[in-house]
Amino acid sequence: MTQLVDYADAVRRFDPVLGIEVHVELGTRTKMFCPAEVSFGGAPNTQTTPVSLGLPGALPVVNGTAVEYAIRIGLALNCQIAESCRFARKNYFYPDVPKNFQTSQYDEPIAFDGWLDVELEDGTIHRVEIERAHMEEDAGKNTHVGGAAGRIHGADYSLVDYNRAGIPLVEIVTKPITGVGDRAPEVARAYVQALRDIFRVLDVSEARMERGNVRADVNLSLRATPDAPLGTRTETKNVNSFRSVERAVRYEVSRQAAILDAGDTVIQETRHWHEDTGITTSGRVKSDAEDYRYFPEPDLVPVEPSREWVEEIRAGLPELPQARRRRLQDEWGYADAEMRDVVNAGALDLIEATIAAGSSPAAARKWWMGELARRAKQDEVELAELSITPAQIGELQGLIDSGRINDKIARQVLDGVLAGEGDPEQVVAARGLEIVSDDGALLSAIDEALAAQPDVVEKVRGGNQGPVGAIIGAVMKSTKGQADAKRVRELVLERIGS
Amino acid sequence: MTDLTRLSAADLAEKLRHREVTSVEATQAYLDRIAAVDGSVHAYLHVNADEALATARDVDARRAAGEELHPLAGVPIAVKDVVVTQGMPSTAGSKILEGWVPPYDATLVEKIREAGLPILGKTNMDEFAMGSSTEHSAYGNTHNPWDLERIPGGSGGGSAAAVAAFTAPLAIGTDTGGSIRQPGAVTGTVGVKPTYGGVSRYGLIALASSLDQAGPVTRTVLDSALLHELIGGHDPRDSTSIPEPLPPLVEAAKQGALGDLSGVKVGVVSQLQGEGYQAGVQTRFEESLDLLRQAGAEVVEVSCPHFEYALAAYYLILPAEASSNLAKFDGMRFGLRVEPEEGPVTAERVMAATRGAGFGDEVKRRVILGTYALSAGYYDAYYGSAQKVRTLIQRDFDEAFAQVDVLVSPTAPTTAFKLGEKLDDPLAMYLNDVATIPANLAGIPGISVPNGLSDDGLPVGFQVLAPAKADDRLYRVGAALESALEKSWGGPLLDRAPELG
Amino acid sequence: MSTISRDEVARVAALARIELRPDELDRLAGELDVIVESIAKVSQVATPDVPATSHPLPMSNVFRADEPQPALPVDDVLAAAPEAEDGRFAVPQILGEE
Ligand SMILES: [Mg+2]
Ligand SMILES: [Zn+2]
Repeated sequence: MTQLVDYADAVRRFDPVLGIEVHVELGTRTKMFCPAEVSFGGAPNTQTTPVSLGLPGALPVVNGTAVEYAIRIGLALNCQIAESCRFARKNYFYPDVPKNFQTSQYDEPIAFDGWLDVELEDGTIHRVEIERAHMEEDAGKNTHVGGAAGRIHGADYSLVDYNRAGIPLVEIVTKPITGVGDRAPEVARAYVQALRDIFRVLDVSEARMERGNVRADVNLSLRATPDAPLGTRTETKNVNSFRSVERAVRYEVSRQAAILDAGDTVIQETRHWHEDTGITTSGRVKSDAEDYRYFPEPDLVPVEPSREWVEEIRAGLPELPQARRRRLQDEWGYADAEMRDVVNAGALDLIEATIAAGSSPAAARKWWMGELARRAKQDEVELAELSITPAQIGELQGLIDSGRINDKIARQVLDGVLAGEGDPEQVVAARGLEIVSDDGALLSAIDEALAAQPDVVEKVRGGNQGPVGAIIGAVMKSTKGQADAKRVRELVLERIGS
Repeated sequence: MTDLTRLSAADLAEKLRHREVTSVEATQAYLDRIAAVDGSVHAYLHVNADEALATARDVDARRAAGEELHPLAGVPIAVKDVVVTQGMPSTAGSKILEGWVPPYDATLVEKIREAGLPILGKTNMDEFAMGSSTEHSAYGNTHNPWDLERIPGGSGGGSAAAVAAFTAPLAIGTDTGGSIRQPGAVTGTVGVKPTYGGVSRYGLIALASSLDQAGPVTRTVLDSALLHELIGGHDPRDSTSIPEPLPPLVEAAKQGALGDLSGVKVGVVSQLQGEGYQAGVQTRFEESLDLLRQAGAEVVEVSCPHFEYALAAYYLILPAEASSNLAKFDGMRFGLRVEPEEGPVTAERVMAATRGAGFGDEVKRRVILGTYALSAGYYDAYYGSAQKVRTLIQRDFDEAFAQVDVLVSPTAPTTAFKLGEKLDDPLAMYLNDVATIPANLAGIPGISVPNGLSDDGLPVGFQVLAPAKADDRLYRVGAALESALEKSWGGPLLDRAPELG
Repeated sequence: MSTISRDEVARVAALARIELRPDELDRLAGELDVIVESIAKVSQVATPDVPATSHPLPMSNVFRADEPQPALPVDDVLAAAPEAEDGRFAVPQILGEE
């Protein structure tokens, strides 16, 4: 491999064009074309029927819920929903494809011509045009045995589990994403992230990247200038985390720039992403890879969603992430930058729940973006992974608001909750942290402090209230900070008789 | 005691119902007959004696206990080997499936089992139903009971020969381009291709999904109606299954047998007679038309101008769909696995070696033809054009059925030819199906009724076609013709077949 | 329509994953050439104004409720496998995979 071109240099001299294909596994109970129950982590080959095993004689029947989910996704992406569309067979031989064809949609996708506004971290919005969203089925899973490390009898082989074969997928294909310049990696990442958020809100998938529920193929090409014709693209397959999407785009920009600089041509090919090393490598060039011999699936009849059904689904769509963000920002009165920080920190849901638990928007933001963010960073975990719930934060803030603890003590309560000592109320009780507001107890502490600092008492009596803080400080110290400082001040002044 | 194997299924069912005979007796009679003559006919690939007798015993016991049973309960049946049967080998006549025992039943097999019909065994066929002579079976030829040197038709030669040889009273066939009707014609049996979607395809090892249809193979029209009603009807496991109930078929057959066809308009398809049709076939056809006229039918000539393209369209659509349907036979999950003789043992090379060794010549020919027709750059010219021809043929039928109630033709252009005669000439072989193919392309139903012997002493068939979902018309006209013919012959045609064994 | 060469048959056979002996290649090239020539006539009447029919009976929207049914028992699943290991199908090495 020739030397990579520095990314900043590459995007100064080339215009990157993206194309992203995202596959999402739908969260239906059963498979796309057969009633095998789908659940994550089942023993191998325990979730199949003759249909998803591709046994001779078996026939597919479309899962109506999967169609509905596909329409939901299409509508959320501002797509047209086809009045009539069909499945096709994509023919290719592969051991994890039980029929040796994938039942997919080819020239008649269920949804097409949509768009999604993608918001970058600094608030820039980029509109991504959606070419199509179509329905298809997943393949099984190969596990490779042997290999370079454990080569036994010189023979490698694979073990195939068909539990995943036939799980419904929706594949969303963008039009070429142009005009993004040096921000291509960010746009790619933000787009995939926005889709993931939409899948979750639509309740069509758990959309867990780490389980492969959402998988991205990233197409990238470079051209000399934005008005030049599109360059040759590569397709980097199965980039399965947000960070990897960003890194893969960066890497391909640098790699392709190096090829172009050397006067060579980029080969149109499939490339593999390597999470560990952060590079892409060429996939095997299959001579027949492009000849899928598509034809309409004769075992299925057309899908013709009635306009009434489509409108019913549209009416039932939940509020989408972007609209929700706008609404919440309005309701909470956050500044643009504040809101962006909240979203980027992944604190939106947490803050919303904290407010629902009784906290003010300002206080909720202060907790999650302040103390809790600091602790999450310190422990290198996500905010949501901290062992404290929005309800607990709400309760904690309630304690402050009612004057039962102060800000300083609240931090100790937080320690207790995070240490698993229970809810804030329980921690306060167990640690005895409640503010001492019983005047009797305070008065003895005050008297002690007055006796210890007669000079201060003199000055105050003389009309100079400045030094009174020294007395208050002593009281606070002797009550371990649990005294209500305001009350202490009142009592001290009263006692001195000024 | 009468020879139970000579009874029609309806008559046997009647005797069973009145407990004049038991299902065990009938089943044993058929098993004995199979033992006696199947050595020379070779209609069966697998004989299911123990299970058939167990089913028969069970049916007898239930009948003795006074249980309400299906009209055909206890009547044995043979099933074409392209239909999957749980616990019974299902090879589709291919070496690539040798020894494969499916873990599930086809819907029609479920219905047969539920109704209590003992399954005698699985019948021979052209490999994956590709052929018109059963010579493409990986397991040897089936012989025509009328002349053991001749072909029994195909692909369902085994089912037709079993019924003609009295080694089964009923059989299941499948018809993608004539594989029920053409064997029926050349063996003197009745064969019905129902409307596409009329009988579930779930569990039929697919040849061409948009053309395949299972149906009855019997000795009488009424028997076909009885079997058709048993296996037909909506199946939610087949997306192309017709949701509406079947029209009353048995009733139509019974009505037709009364011999009155007044008010029925019969259309003779000009394109499906004359040139290319054996003289004896044509003569019998015209005689049958006379019988229909005598029964009161009005006979007119109709033209279906696009039928001349049907064969070409069929030999594009079928191989294309088959190339995809047969892709699953790759040695990875079931069936034969063959390793390459030399070089690395990779999945890709094992698949190719398995398919090279496991598929016969005709299968390779059609899979490669279909792959070619679908491959990049050829789709529009071949597959796409063939699908348009399909539209034109449907329009021909629509126009014809606007004028007449049924269409008729000879079922096959010739009588049974000699084994081996056309094996090296695929195009000549394909011409056997010229009259049956249009119905598959349009999805409409068809029946072949034996209508005599040609000059060579071999049976010929008369085909009746009806509009989609009007399968009852086949039975009405078919039964009327059958009864007129049998009156003229003084008995069933099969009585004139040579004794076997 | 062009004729089918031996090379073309070899290319298509590879696409169809069928290993052919040299004599089979020779024979098939001849046979397919004749067959293709005779069926190419479909294009004579397949004018642009004629719609394609992929399905004999017009039907649409055949859906199944999203309700699970029992899976095939894993023993049945693997019963016919040429090779199996750990409840999975064992297949020869797959080239070109990560
Ligand atoms: Mg892709
Ligand atoms: Zn896809």
